[in-house]
Amino acid sequence: METTAPVQILDLSARFPGVINPDTRAGYSGWIVNSTDLLPFATALRNELDYDYLSSVTAVDYLPEGKMEVVYHVYKTAGGAGVVFKIQVPRVDPIEIPSLVSIYPGAEFQEREAWDLFGIKFTNHPDLRRILMWEGFAGHPMRKDWHEPYFEEDAKPLKSRWPDGKMIMAESKNLYGDNIAYPDGFNPESQTFDPEKALYEALRRYQKDETGLDTDHIIVNMGPQHPSTHGVFRVAVVLDGEKIINMKPVMGYLHRNHEKIGERNTYIMNMPYTDRLDYLAPMSNNFGYALAVEKLMNVKPTERAEYIRVIMAEMTRISNHLFLIGTLLNDLGAYFTPMLYALEERELILDIFEAVAGSRMMCNYFRFGGVARDFPEGTLQKIKDLFFERLPRKIEEIDRFLSENEIIRSRGIGQGVLTAEDAIKYSAAGPLLRASGIPYDVRRAEPYSIYDRFEFDVVVRTNGDIYDRLMVRFDEIRQSIRIIQQAVKQLPEGPVMALKPMYQVRVPPGEAYGRVEGPKGELGFYVISNGKPSPWRYHVRAPSFINLTAFGPMCVGQKVADVVAVLGSIDIVLGEVDR
Amino acid sequence: MESNELNSPNYEIPPELQAQVAITSLDKIYNWGRSASVWPLMFGLACCAIEMICAAASRYDIARFGMEIMRPSPRQSDLMIVSGTVTKKMIPIIVRLYNQMPEPKYVLAMGACASGGGPFKEGYNVVSGVDKFIPVDVYIPGCPPTPQALLNGLMKIQEKIKSEPIKTARWYQKGPDMAEIPVPMLGPDLIDPRKITLIHNGEKN
Repeated sequence: METTAPVQILDLSARFPGVINPDTRAGYSGWIVNSTDLLPFATALRNELDYDYLSSVTAVDYLPEGKMEVVYHVYKTAGGAGVVFKIQVPRVDPIEIPSLVSIYPGAEFQEREAWDLFGIKFTNHPDLRRILMWEGFAGHPMRKDWHEPYFEEDAKPLKSRWPDGKMIMAESKNLYGDNIAYPDGFNPESQTFDPEKALYEALRRYQKDETGLDTDHIIVNMGPQHPSTHGVFRVAVVLDGEKIINMKPVMGYLHRNHEKIGERNTYIMNMPYTDRLDYLAPMSNNFGYALAVEKLMNVKPTERAEYIRVIMAEMTRISNHLFLIGTLLNDLGAYFTPMLYALEERELILDIFEAVAGSRMMCNYFRFGGVARDFPEGTLQKIKDLFFERLPRKIEEIDRFLSENEIIRSRGIGQGVLTAEDAIKYSAAGPLLRASGIPYDVRRAEPYSIYDRFEFDVVVRTNGDIYDRLMVRFDEIRQSIRIIQQAVKQLPEGPVMALKPMYQVRVPPGEAYGRVEGPKGELGFYVISNGKPSPWRYHVRAPSFINLTAFGPMCVGQKVADVVAVLGSIDIVLGEVDR
Repeated sequence: MESNELNSPNYEIPPELQAQVAITSLDKIYNWGRSASVWPLMFGLACCAIEMICAAASRYDIARFGMEIMRPSPRQSDLMIVSGTVTKKMIPIIVRLYNQMPEPKYVLAMGACASGGGPFKEGYNVVSGVDKFIPVDVYIPGCPPTPQALLNGLMKIQEKIKSEPIKTARWYQKGPDMAEIPVPMLGPDLIDPRKITLIHNGEKN
């Protein structure tokens, strides 16, 4: 990063004189773009400089400065470091910023999220509705001056709990004895507003056909309680017979306010919360967050810790992909049998997690500067047995059972196609992107940790259909086994923590974006520190959330029965979609 | 169940018939049948749902308790395993599902979030425990509870079922207990219809 930064400064400010200014705040990087010049700037960035992949869009509320900022991270799918640019507007409603959806369609859901949580209006956005909360909710909750009903203090540890405060139930302080608050003068009987209305209005636009006749297009709702939505996900589709004309995903049913809670927590307190984002891949979430905060703290983990981290992250990838293979086959109609094969192997990986971290699923294993503890006795042998002997054999077995199966082939090949151009356009990440023929993997494109030391292939398939997405997962498991085998062989002795164990870490002011190649795709953590014990801004670039942007376009033209198959092949986890 | 377990001890059965005949109370045989075929609702909310799936898989295998038939439809299920964080956006649906389940029905709050909000309790979109809206029979601690803990919770449900006499069973009675739970609404915040007067009073304060 350090070597490429000066080159960028020369390039961009010469190319866009007067349009952009370098961000000179201490610890910050990137460019501040004038709000009026955003669209021409982004167009040029994409078309002329090949920054074709919009990774993350998020907002930051600088309450003391009276500013609202929107931060964009863009990358090249050819690889290399990215460009960060920001827009600053005064924090006075209505806050308006031009929408980037026309240039980077992958911004659609992220801009809706910024509108929902920060109240930033993106002008010319095609469908600017709330996305995580419901329509009609009072206020924009991620704003720094918006307080939740159980609010006690801006930052933890709360005085009521520490050092000798008596624990008081949060309910007892609330007027209604519950986690609720209403605006002044609210009369519940006057409640006639329907939160669902906006969704169906948005869909009804597609209900009329070209002849202007109100024909028999019908709207069908699936979820949030449905066995193949992998949780509490909901979709509403417009159908012409069995053909899908349009579809809108509805999410937020598991919105657990990670970011708001994360901004009250101290840095180290957030580590166990990251486990609960993508609960099928806890170690990769730890990894991304640890990288972001380590970047801010300028700490490097010890050599042994780096290797342990890689081993754990790759094990997570395998266990996640195994689960995906099971659930996708379940969705395709094979019912629970493939799941049983996959879960048998996954349990063995969870056993190793339990041995090293103490918990099967919520590992909370990474620390800033290393990992929480070293392998207990016998674990290394267990890892060796599993990854040198058993798993390579078992993967081939599952592959043999499934990949030539006639039903899987006919339901997978040519269905739910996402072309390479569309995949980039919609900011699809991870296996979804690679199954469409783009060999983009953060482990190679911008190597973090010690991934530059291992030999592995970036898995790629070219058709972008359901079958290829399944096969990419099989290939990735094989590559992960390869990485683990190398890492276990090279694993050095030594300490696993670079810092002394501590309850609170000192983080100098600044911003950092740590991204890893999670099992679902590029997982990014955008953290802003103002020198206080808790982060000023803590944002998760969740791959399953952004991958869903491509879900609608993938389904249009398909039959209604393919919706669950396409959704299964994207591999979403609701904890991460809704955060 | 072995016939000696099923047998009520008060009656003497001739020794030659003991292998074939058991004399027992209606309660016991009825509850024995019910407790060995509890069908859970296939309903996953969050992280705990993954452990629920693991419990259904071969290693832990809830089929041993007659509970492997997870029904996606509430109309066919006896047990609702609330497996994960209950959010304000989701609670109207959960209450509706609960209302749609036929009696006798049981609710198992799996994990810290479903029991009381858990690590996310302070969040603005989180309900502090599903028991704020629907009655819960068994709470399982843990974040997430291991499959073993879930099995233990299911066994507690079975114990509870076995201790319910038909004569006084709630679902054969008439009265206010059988009324449906009013479905919460989404307004500026979650509105519980049972608390509307309280909300009015709160507004005056």
